[in-house]
Amino acid sequence: MKVRVHVSLKNGVLDPQGRAIHHALEGLGFAGVNDVRAGRLIELDLADDVSDEALDDMCRKLLANMVIENYRIEKVAA
Amino acid sequence: MSFTAAVITFPGSNCDRDMAVAIEEISGGTVHRVWHGDAGLPEGLDLIALPGGFSYGDYLRSGAMAARSPVMQAVVEQAGRGVPVLGVCNGFQVLTEAGLLPGALMRNAGIRFVCRDVKLKVENANSLFTSAYLPGQTITIPVAHHDGNYFADAETLDRLEGEGRVAFRYLEQVNGSQRDIAGVLNERGNVLGMMPHPERMIEAAQGGSDGRKLFESVLHGLNALA
Repeated sequence: MKVRVHVSLKNGVLDPQGRAIHHALEGLGFAGVNDVRAGRLIELDLADDVSDEALDDMCRKLLANMVIENYRIEKVAA
Repeated sequence: MSFTAAVITFPGSNCDRDMAVAIEEISGGTVHRVWHGDAGLPEGLDLIALPGGFSYGDYLRSGAMAARSPVMQAVVEQAGRGVPVLGVCNGFQVLTEAGLLPGALMRNAGIRFVCRDVKLKVENANSLFTSAYLPGQTITIPVAHHDGNYFADAETLDRLEGEGRVAFRYLEQVNGSQRDIAGVLNERGNVLGMMPHPERMIEAAQGGSDGRKLFESVLHGLNALA
């Protein structure tokens, strides 16, 4: 089972990297970029018997820092 | 009884020797060097120090992997029993990731690595780690970090301020930290995390000795208890 975990900063948490990317895009002359938020994509290849609860636990205990980040689990068709 | 401390070395720690030397020189005691993969810590420790560096290459998030390494279970357990724990720089990041301190340390607001002496205000001079300073004293301690931008939600920040748990505050713009927080204490007051490096300011040859009093505070505190 392939799973993608999308980790992103919570709303309201300032994202210095996103801001730097935003400035760089503007510097390249791209107009109309209102905001940029940078996140992280983690792909997992899991045995079929790994439960949703265990996956959630992985996200909360390690993959995301719940103080500043949210995560979204996406199951990818094999 | 002589002072006994442990300095933890994670793969990628680079301030562990400086930390061990500072503690040895100031306390005249014994410093155990403990590897991150060790399952336990010696008993009877007067201080556990988590040094600066780039544990696990800052993979995933600074301090994230180190916080889950075997020895950290022993650190969490001893912290729970009231053993003093000091985390400096990467050590601070590890302590927040391990849940021993609130908040998180994010990328510096200016994106750049910051490496210079900074002025700090001693906000709480009553703690185990700060009692040798004067309340409100201005001290100079170097920083060297990329991820020192302290973040916690407003409610947590208010609680930290209200409970005197902001130990040090930057007196200048350094990294975008919420409310210029440079160091925080846990609720019980036996765990301190700070981004500046007191172990790099213990004698004149290093440009100053403002970091010495932090270690002296721990020594005095223990003497007072004895």
